[in-house]
Amino acid sequence: MMWNGENQPPGPSVIERYFTRWYKADVKGQACEDHCILQHSNRLCVLTLAETHPILQDGRTIKNINYKISNGCSRLNNKVAGKSKRGGQFLTEFAPVCRITCTDETEYTIYSCMRGRLLEVNEDILINTSLLLKKPSTDGYIAVILPKFEESKLVGENLLSREDFEAVVSKRAADVQAQPS
Amino acid sequence: MLPLKEKDKPVVQKLLSSGCCARCVLRFCCVLVQSLYRQPGEDESEEGTRTATEQSDDPPKKRMKLDDGLKGSEASAGSGDAEAPPAPALSHCVVCLGVLQEYCSRDHARKVAEAVKTEDYHFETILLSVSLPAQLCVREHSCWLHVKKEMREKVMTRVKDDIVPLKEAFKWSVQGLIATELGESFWRESRCIEESIIFPTLSSDCLLLVPSWFRCISIGPQCSDVFLLVHNVEIVSYCPPHGFRHYPTPPGRPTSICTSQAIQCLHTSIYVAGRYNKYSRSLSQTPWIIDGRRMMESSVEELIAEPLASSFRSKGFNFSSSGREDVDVRTLGKGRPFAMEMLNPHRYRFTKMEMKKIQETINTSSDKIAVRDLQIVTRECMGHMKEGEEEKTKSYTALVWTQKPIEKDDIIFLDDIKELTLDQKTPLRVLHRRALAVRQRVIHSMNASFRDPHHFYLRLKTQAGTYIKEFVHGDFGRTKPNLCQLLKMDTDILELDVEVGNCGTSYFQKGNPGKSTGSMTRIVQLGLDFSGDFPRLDVENVIFFFSFQKTRLKQYT
Repeated sequence: MMWNGENQPPGPSVIERYFTRWYKADVKGQACEDHCILQHSNRLCVLTLAETHPILQDGRTIKNINYKISNGCSRLNNKVAGKSKRGGQFLTEFAPVCRITCTDETEYTIYSCMRGRLLEVNEDILINTSLLLKKPSTDGYIAVILPKFEESKLVGENLLSREDFEAVVSKRAADVQAQPS
Repeated sequence: MLPLKEKDKPVVQKLLSSGCCARCVLRFCCVLVQSLYRQPGEDESEEGTRTATEQSDDPPKKRMKLDDGLKGSEASAGSGDAEAPPAPALSHCVVCLGVLQEYCSRDHARKVAEAVKTEDYHFETILLSVSLPAQLCVREHSCWLHVKKEMREKVMTRVKDDIVPLKEAFKWSVQGLIATELGESFWRESRCIEESIIFPTLSSDCLLLVPSWFRCISIGPQCSDVFLLVHNVEIVSYCPPHGFRHYPTPPGRPTSICTSQAIQCLHTSIYVAGRYNKYSRSLSQTPWIIDGRRMMESSVEELIAEPLASSFRSKGFNFSSSGREDVDVRTLGKGRPFAMEMLNPHRYRFTKMEMKKIQETINTSSDKIAVRDLQIVTRECMGHMKEGEEEKTKSYTALVWTQKPIEKDDIIFLDDIKELTLDQKTPLRVLHRRALAVRQRVIHSMNASFRDPHHFYLRLKTQAGTYIKEFVHGDFGRTKPNLCQLLKMDTDILELDVEVGNCGTSYFQKGNPGKSTGSMTRIVQLGLDFSGDFPRLDVENVIFFFSFQKTRLKQYT
């Protein structure tokens, strides 16, 4: 979350205090479809859109968000029980979590980007899609995923750290500029 | 005169010929007179003189025979006699393997008493407990079958349950001796030390039984430990005689005997209770250890337990409190009730003055916590700690940061909110160890007071179990409604203090926005209530609180 100028809190924000940011750029080969995983110090992960994702660019508005990814599987049916969160759908890196259609008919699929058990999906964005556009890193989160205990430290292995991601973004911008118009 | 009847005579003879000691014979004959189990050398003569004057039902002729019989038993067992020197050639009892023989002597009692004295306990009463090897059950059962076999023709009015248990006989024999050595009495009272005498487990006899048991008992071996199986005396009696066929009846002569492995002393726990205040924002309630590494210097329970443990001379403790707070949250006000179980204390009697002194030691040992009302309590208090946790109302004070400048209307708006119901999903920061659920919690009232355009103090009175931090920053929108939504701006929580216990009417003064509030108001905002509900607030605490507060707030001005 970007704090600007005098409106900065005297210390780190909630995300900076408790979470580590991991990024996956160009998910599934799709240009700029960047996802961001916020990993809490207690190993829980929150799946969000990176601020560079196309949905958040060019003043797009969202027409529809669909958690039903196939005939047999809807992320809305996910139910976990008890402390050990039994029953949650298990996700692998390229498991689709939801499909978002924008008013300009562009369609995007949001992927898990990590292995783990799905705990919950954000149902608030179904009702209020502006949450996703205005606060993609907090209120507009996509899902909460719990990695296996033994895999919790491996979440960031195949993902980019904040610095690496910013390098990728800068390179993209440089490439665009370098291209002959 | 030993209360043995005519019909006991064949039993006695059978047992003696099998190699039982005098006390085991008495046990099998269901003799319940405790005094007879003490040193026969001494007591028997007493008994003899006493009963000589009493009337007895048995004719004198028979009496003589029994005496002879028992005298004979003493000679063959060769134990319990004060004059006879303990020789390795002594034949040990086939049933008790020596437990009721040399371990019932004055010497052993002295050894036990020494063990207690060296530990230097203060105590009122003693409870003696004995841990015996598993195979003694087997040997006893075998002897019982042997006796039963021979007595089949005669009328057996006894069942196995009538036999005096070995542990009881041992205690009857030895308790008096130990008591005399220590000068105490054996009653069941609360402040007693428990002494266990442990005899090691000897294996051979048990292993013989294993194959037949596993066929007889359909329960199946739930425990792989054969000795655990044997310890369950009921299993031994469920085992029908034919199951015992692999085992000799009467039991064979022992190749090894019981030796006393250890004499352990354990004092019953003492319970201490009080209230604690936490003034540090970097102190956990219990030790915080991850992967064997300590994350934080100390903890509330350790700071309280240390002086207590050294005064009570106890090695361990169990800490229990009525609720808990986060590491970075201070506990102000009356303080949070806690109870501590001091394990195996060597000293338990403390006067009120002494308890006050210990309380002072705790309070001076660290500026991070303070304790009050420290007192010794009963065991029930540990349970009371957790009672009523859900019904309580909690008071919090939070320092809130806002992204946009605060308006006067915002303050009024918050003050007017009453009985606000929140739907709180399990916060992400605890979701890894708690079930995912939505909890409804009520904020009864709020009071906001301005500090500067981007900061204000928010005082809340809420239902117990409300997550305040998540209410302030919203927890990704999973707590609804939250302060960000109410004020329509981003908010974050910088500091939190909790006040435990009923606060009564709170004295609150609203400061004017833009004007820095005086020290009096600041103290009130942070939880000190000067109305009638705080009669016990010591002057020292108040002054301490003032000075501490000034240091803390400096960082944010």
